Amino acid sequence: MASNEEILAGLAEIVNEETGLAPEAVELDKSFTDDLDIDSISMMTIVVNAEEKFDVKIPDEEVKNLKTVGDAVSFIAAAQA
Amino acid sequence: MARKVVITGLGATTPIGGDVPTMWNNALKGVSGAHTLTDEWVEKYDIPVHFAARVTTPASEVLSRVEAKRMDPSTQFAVVAAREAWKDSGLEDIDHDRLAVAFATGIGGVWTLLDAWDTLREKGPRRVLPMTVPMLMPNGPAAAVSLDLGARAGAHTPVSACASGTEAMHIALELIRSGKADVVVAGGAEAAIHPLPMAAFAAMQALSKRNDNPEGASRPYDISRDGFVMGEGAGALVLEAEEHALARGARIYGELAGTSVTADAYHITAPDPEGLGATRALKAALFDARALAEDVVHVNAHATSTPVGDRPEYTALRAALGDHLDKVCVSATKSQTGHLLGASGAVESVLTVLAVYHRLAPVTINLENQDPDIPLDVVTGTPRELPEGQIMALNNSFGFGGHNAVVAIRSTGPKVEMS
Repeated sequence: MASNEEILAGLAEIVNEETGLAPEAVELDKSFTDDLDIDSISMMTIVVNAEEKFDVKIPDEEVKNLKTVGDAVSFIAAAQA
Repeated sequence: MARKVVITGLGATTPIGGDVPTMWNNALKGVSGAHTLTDEWVEKYDIPVHFAARVTTPASEVLSRVEAKRMDPSTQFAVVAAREAWKDSGLEDIDHDRLAVAFATGIGGVWTLLDAWDTLREKGPRRVLPMTVPMLMPNGPAAAVSLDLGARAGAHTPVSACASGTEAMHIALELIRSGKADVVVAGGAEAAIHPLPMAAFAAMQALSKRNDNPEGASRPYDISRDGFVMGEGAGALVLEAEEHALARGARIYGELAGTSVTADAYHITAPDPEGLGATRALKAALFDARALAEDVVHVNAHATSTPVGDRPEYTALRAALGDHLDKVCVSATKSQTGHLLGASGAVESVLTVLAVYHRLAPVTINLENQDPDIPLDVVTGTPRELPEGQIMALNNSFGFGGHNAVVAIRSTGPKVEMS
């Protein structure tokens, strides 16, 4: 079980690996598309990498609801619980 | 009168240099890009051939990590070479609706395809990367170059095995002559030093097995040649309508005077032993360039170093150029670079253009006992000076499937000394 801080740090690492964005730029209130400029293909790559890293399942139909980094952190935290 | 097409930019990443100046200097010196492979897969899969000619500068040293992640290695090479050619051309503010791409590959994204297959089997479909399709598609290099340079007049991908890179030049010439584009970035890319292509080419007895001497393995025209050496990399050329180049005062390397493509319709892999398809291609390229056999001073031969391939090319050259062939010096640069498959025609076109521009033919290495059935004047030891006045050089490429492609490069000025 990872804390929200650990999930955020892990996500930031995955986003950095995929897009080159600085991990500090990956903040809870940031929108994946509008703020971080992440396209749908990168988003799917991030989702799949997050599934492996946090050992959770993120269904495809759920991905569209993960608008902000905070949405993703909350979803992963709940899925791990 | 058809529009004239000139060459204004060159780029390359190859086993004998990660850019054009390095490659050219090595091509004049005569170095081998072939080395023993240290990859664990050679032993793991018991690949019978233990060596290949890798690029000297990995694309990861040139591209950003994020760029590289989204590109198959073949596309990475294409983008590296195309960027160098573009920068070299000095082109900046042009009408991008009039800029096209013709970028070839022989095999396409073979690393991506087979990595994804491994992932599917080991980890399941969820782990197959969403970028897999755009990375493996054979038009990946052309599409990436088009995106990178903002080329909107079409992005073409000729696929004709080892003739692909030269066929790209043919397409580019047609695009500019027909008025569909003013500038075309043409080239070829290949990244197939992977256990499967290595095993498959070895299975068909196409690769040299000289494991104890990789540097001496690619030996076109030598009596002891036993196959080609797998190479990788890319070459790129900026081709431009002459009036477009003159209007901006561009440095012009030479004229892409003529091209041709023919098919043997003889056998899926073996060349026509009489070289009839290649002969027709040579004659057609000369006709297209409005040139005579006597205009030709230099040929960059296809010459892969296979026992069956090198001889029919000689037969074709003799048939197309007649007695004049004895006055033509021939370079077999695959002796140095290995065989870059779909990229070879592009890299060799770059070398042919430089030979005309600097009036120097690069050397052929490893030729110790010339096959008496191939009495060509092969450039060995030191580079050969090409004559003054207007000259022409040819670059031949032939591919499995019976594809033949030839380009004719004509000088546009006196010798230019190397800087």
